[in-house]
Amino acid sequence: MNKTVLDLWVGLLVLAGIAALLFLALKVGSTSAINSSASYEVVARFENIGGLKLRAPVKSAGVVVGRVADIQFDNETFEAAVTLRLDKRYAFPRDSSVAILTSGLLGEQYIGLEAGGDSLKLKAHDRILITQDAVVLENLIGRFLYDKAQEGAPQ
Amino acid sequence: MLKRTIEHVGNRVIQAVWRMGYAARFFVTILLHSGTAFRRFGLTIRELYFSGVLTLVVILVSGLFVGMVLGLQGYETLQTYGAEESLGIVVALSLVRELGPVVAALLFASRAGSAITAEIGLMKATEQLSAMEMMAVDPIARVVAPRFWAGVISMPLLAALFSAMGILGGYLVGVQLIGIDEGSFWSQMQNAVDFERDIVNGVIKSVVFGIAITAIALFEGYDAPPTAEGVSGATTRTVVTSSLAVLALDFVLTAFMFRGIG
Repeated sequence: MNKTVLDLWVGLLVLAGIAALLFLALKVGSTSAINSSASYEVVARFENIGGLKLRAPVKSAGVVVGRVADIQFDNETFEAAVTLRLDKRYAFPRDSSVAILTSGLLGEQYIGLEAGGDSLKLKAHDRILITQDAVVLENLIGRFLYDKAQEGAPQ
Repeated sequence: MLKRTIEHVGNRVIQAVWRMGYAARFFVTILLHSGTAFRRFGLTIRELYFSGVLTLVVILVSGLFVGMVLGLQGYETLQTYGAEESLGIVVALSLVRELGPVVAALLFASRAGSAITAEIGLMKATEQLSAMEMMAVDPIARVVAPRFWAGVISMPLLAALFSAMGILGGYLVGVQLIGIDEGSFWSQMQNAVDFERDIVNGVIKSVVFGIAITAIALFEGYDAPPTAEGVSGATTRTVVTSSLAVLALDFVLTAFMFRGIG
């Protein structure tokens, strides 16, 4: 076997292997799908975000329009400040509302964005004022049991 | 009669222990005589071609098919829970953690390991190794060590390629064929796959498998009886022993990596 042909093939193998490792590290392991140049960020505050995670989808009318870019805890208001990175192609009225919803019974949590009626549109770094917290199942069951107990109590 | 049975058992045990010790000394000898494999790297590159490049096609094709099957089967099960968007997690984690290193190692053992054993066994049978010794060329340094390092280098590359092809296959079936949302396929996968915990551990596994397979293949070849049956028996033993070693080592490594025993 010719030595240059041998070197060429081995070089190809090594480069392909390194490319595969890079693919695993970058594409499979981290970084978000929407790049920052074609998007804008808005902030929403929640009292409770439940199990919301970074890079969870933001859906409007069921269509993915963005992703959760950052989740911070605000130590002054004791709220969660969630940064949403929305696709630049979509503009939403300023009085739009967001809610933390769950896809399916066991599915992941995502943010549902409901468009409002304002003629002004949301700009970068705006704050979405109307928010609805994640539903915590334990609280729901607790309230249900409490209501049941109230019903059964003697007047 | 009883005495002979006991003698027989004792003889077998002594043989097995002796062989284990011989194999361990052989392994240490390879490590001690590795200098030539790096000083004359051309020798190792030649072996990289034979054990790495020639295994490439098998690895790529089977990786693609394993990934596609994972995509189909994972979807079938996940859709009963309405969690078909988690398909990316299932495909990526099972490939990167387990299937990539293990199946690539099994393919490597049967494709490259058997070839190494047959080649060295035949060199021994045709007295090429003895001829080298007559010429004051150390056959361990000249023949065995380059093959060992070529196997150790090519195994993690092949395992990474297997995983990458498998994820591509899962993507083709899951997103292109079945129609899962592409964004959640990748983003859920990225959320679940941790670089250090999953990818680095997978690479460590494949390096260990590479050491085990090539060491077993080289030893079986070097130790083969210099006859036609001897070489064929050694080749079979290489595939059987190294496959079992890969599966057993995989359990041990997984236990340490993911369950934190100890």
